[in-house]
Amino acid sequence: MTVYLVRRLLQALLVVLAMSVIVFIGVFAIGDPVEILISPDADQIERERAVQALGLDLPLWQQYAVFLTKALQGDLGRSFVYNEPALKLILQRMPATMELAFGATIFALIIGLPLGLYAGLRPNSRFSRVIMASSILGFSLPTFWVGLMLIMVFAVYLGWLPSTGRGDTGTLLGMQWSFLTWDGLRHMAMPALNLSLFKISLVIRLTRAGVRETMLMDYVKFARAKGLSPARVTFVHVFKNILIPVVTVVGLELGSTIAFSVVTESVFAWPGMGKLIIDSINVLDRPVIVAYLMMIVLMFIAINLIVDLTYSMLDPRVRLESKGT
Amino acid sequence: MSDAVIPGKIADKVETPFRRFVSEFAESKVALGALVVFIIITLLAIFAPWITPQNPYDLAELDIMDGRMEPGTVGGAGFTYWLGTDDQGRDMLSGIIYGLRISLTVGAGSALIACLIGASLGLLAAYAGGRTDSVIMRLVDLQLSFPTILAALMILAFLGKGIMNVVIALVLVEWAYYARTVRGTALVERRREYIEAAQCLALPTHRVLFRHLLPNCLPPLIVVGTMQVARAIALEATLSFLGLGVPITEPSLGLLIANGYEYMLSGKYWISFYPGIALLITIVSINLVGDQLRDVLNPRLKK
Repeated sequence: MTVYLVRRLLQALLVVLAMSVIVFIGVFAIGDPVEILISPDADQIERERAVQALGLDLPLWQQYAVFLTKALQGDLGRSFVYNEPALKLILQRMPATMELAFGATIFALIIGLPLGLYAGLRPNSRFSRVIMASSILGFSLPTFWVGLMLIMVFAVYLGWLPSTGRGDTGTLLGMQWSFLTWDGLRHMAMPALNLSLFKISLVIRLTRAGVRETMLMDYVKFARAKGLSPARVTFVHVFKNILIPVVTVVGLELGSTIAFSVVTESVFAWPGMGKLIIDSINVLDRPVIVAYLMMIVLMFIAINLIVDLTYSMLDPRVRLESKGT
Repeated sequence: MSDAVIPGKIADKVETPFRRFVSEFAESKVALGALVVFIIITLLAIFAPWITPQNPYDLAELDIMDGRMEPGTVGGAGFTYWLGTDDQGRDMLSGIIYGLRISLTVGAGSALIACLIGASLGLLAAYAGGRTDSVIMRLVDLQLSFPTILAALMILAFLGKGIMNVVIALVLVEWAYYARTVRGTALVERRREYIEAAQCLALPTHRVLFRHLLPNCLPPLIVVGTMQVARAIALEATLSFLGLGVPITEPSLGLLIANGYEYMLSGKYWISFYPGIALLITIVSINLVGDQLRDVLNPRLKK
């Protein structure tokens, strides 16, 4: 186990390094670094001073070394627009994105699980067919358009929910959270639902497939033969067993939910990391772009690492297999 | 070329595989309907200049006085705006049909390029094996572990906005799916006798790869390709909506939807609504065709 852990950590470290090289080359070598890193408003003398200060006259490998050392110290440059450290900006926006992603996950589970369970228990009923057809639609619908339609129906025509923004926030652990206030929750409802659409479809399909498979198992037949009530068989014997794979996949999806919140945040003007990166790309605020990319790459590698380690603990075959290669 | 190879492979089962394929595909009325819809959409896009009442990209034809008119209004130019107009007085129907043109070109074009690159690398990985295989597959794993939107954003952040960069981003994001699919099939196929026979004849490697191995890996490739076209169209629309794609003077569907965003809050729904419907119909019809293709071409589902 220790050997596996070390190997896996080394692998993750290697990927982080590789990604930092890619980001470095992307920003520092493909584009003109002077144009990218120095504000376009600067005059000639300021420019030259900045080139010196940033070490842009050094050879490329030395520049990379400087970039890496600074990054390790948490310094990823300053935003031109906000004139603040880029990393700080990203971290400030992180709670908003996180609570949106968790809200979406909760939506996916409370809507997807019951529907999937029903479709799995009564595969031939008309309502099940409707559920399955809508889940195909959930995979095909462009998220941003659904978001707009949600705003149109619930904010413009019905006037039930606020259209954009984050609303009032409460403070917890020194960070601002919307889910602590009623107004914040009202603001969060639509974006979270929008972000969860794809995942609701995914949960419905997984649950349905799981239920259909589990219903044929001997232990379910045995529980039925013992004369247990259908409710007990469904919720204790079937439901418990399908919950593990469903929750695993939903957990795995957390990373991609955070990435896709870029779209939802833009639609609902939700002030999270995703909105920040789009705004930054539009005004070419490159230090923020670099900081965002590095942060999200780190987050992804961490999520993948945690998932792999959990799997290897639960399933010995995984670590034995990788030892063989 | 493929005609010569495919019948040879399953000649003992049927006389004309193509006819059998067509009749199996037509078994699903939904898929057949979807195919008809998709063909109509494609024809609309190809013949757009002859169908639409207005060239939405020619600013001289647009009348700013006709801006934001409701669906069904007769405009200053004398024809009816069946789907209304946007803020610049652009006829939405014409805009949507021209937008479909861009969406389909970008979607199909990027899928084709990605397919060429991905399939070649997948074939190479399966055929060469060893170190080449593991390097290519590591790259595939790395690519697939990041969500498409993020990889596309990253590439656009480096290269800047623009339609060519969107195509490059889509290709870089999608090639891995083709590579994985082709490698999986090719690994099975390369152990077959006909490959051994070709190798015994001392045919050059590229000939074995592209004339013998590739045609037999086509069915799953076609299925993945169809689905990827739909994904590419959706992704292009999303990127354009975010303002990272096509230029504002030649709006694709995603940009048309984005343009309507600010007017929607005042109840002018049609600017965003109809392009979205067009996008939805396109994506769903391609997906339905792809679903049926998968069922028909999957040998495991055959009796």
